[in-house]
Amino acid sequence: MIWRLFPHPLLSILLTLVWMLLVNRFAWGSLVFAVILATIIPILIAPYWPDRPRIRRPIKFLAYSALVVWDIIVANIQVARIVLFMPNRKLQPAWVNVPLELTAPEAIAVLGGTITLTPGTVTCDVSDEGRALLVHCLHAPDPDAVRDDIKSRYEARLKEIFE
Amino acid sequence: MDMFLEILISALLVIGGIFGAVGSYGLVKLPDPMTRLHAPTKAATLGVGSVLFASLLWFGFFSEQSSWHELLIILFIFLTAPITGLMIAKSHIHRSWQWHELPKPKPDENWATCAPDREEPEAEHQKAMG
Repeated sequence: MIWRLFPHPLLSILLTLVWMLLVNRFAWGSLVFAVILATIIPILIAPYWPDRPRIRRPIKFLAYSALVVWDIIVANIQVARIVLFMPNRKLQPAWVNVPLELTAPEAIAVLGGTITLTPGTVTCDVSDEGRALLVHCLHAPDPDAVRDDIKSRYEARLKEIFE
Repeated sequence: MDMFLEILISALLVIGGIFGAVGSYGLVKLPDPMTRLHAPTKAATLGVGSVLFASLLWFGFFSEQSSWHELLIILFIFLTAPITGLMIAKSHIHRSWQWHELPKPKPDENWATCAPDREEPEAEHQKAMG
């Protein structure tokens, strides 16, 4: 019963928070409306999203977010240096295939987003069975190192969080 | 304290401006569409992010009413920037890359947007016609 009313409990909490932040000041009326939205929207999208993502270690997820924010700052400085100071002919762009051990689609989506936001890499495609990611590197003299870095730095952590 | 905050906010604004400019310059300078994709998905993210963070701090400490919209904008940009990048990359792969130019998708067979020996539908159509 409770699962039918709240098919995605985390999404419901998130929607309530986002609505309260959108309203920008606390009022009981807005909270009631936020709860109504947080009930209706997950029920409406539940047929298209039958599985529930399970976050097993929420604290590790916060640590992961902090790591990603730090990496985004480092990534920006690296990319800025490449853009400003490296002549185009020295640039070595490369494609990398990253085989996945993750199976949860939500975890793969988080990994893809992380790869795009962090140093010199963009997620470009996923394989037809969802077991490999195609990643493009802006400047990678050693593409295998990039792949190993992604697997050990992000995928291992996501595997602990989601599976 | 106020002095420190003002310096911090100004520094964030300047950093945001620099990264925004570098991201836009990258769009002009980098040689091909795939590398150009890197500049806006990153440099612009941090540029916009730090300007919004400065705004968040300013409204939080110096204004009567604190504002949380900036936090939401940062969140939504971080959510949507990778998806925009992915869609641009996918359409570019679809239009201008051949199967043999990409690495093999081990352990699977095909990339979602690029299968081996893809023939243009028009070519097939012409073959069928004559």
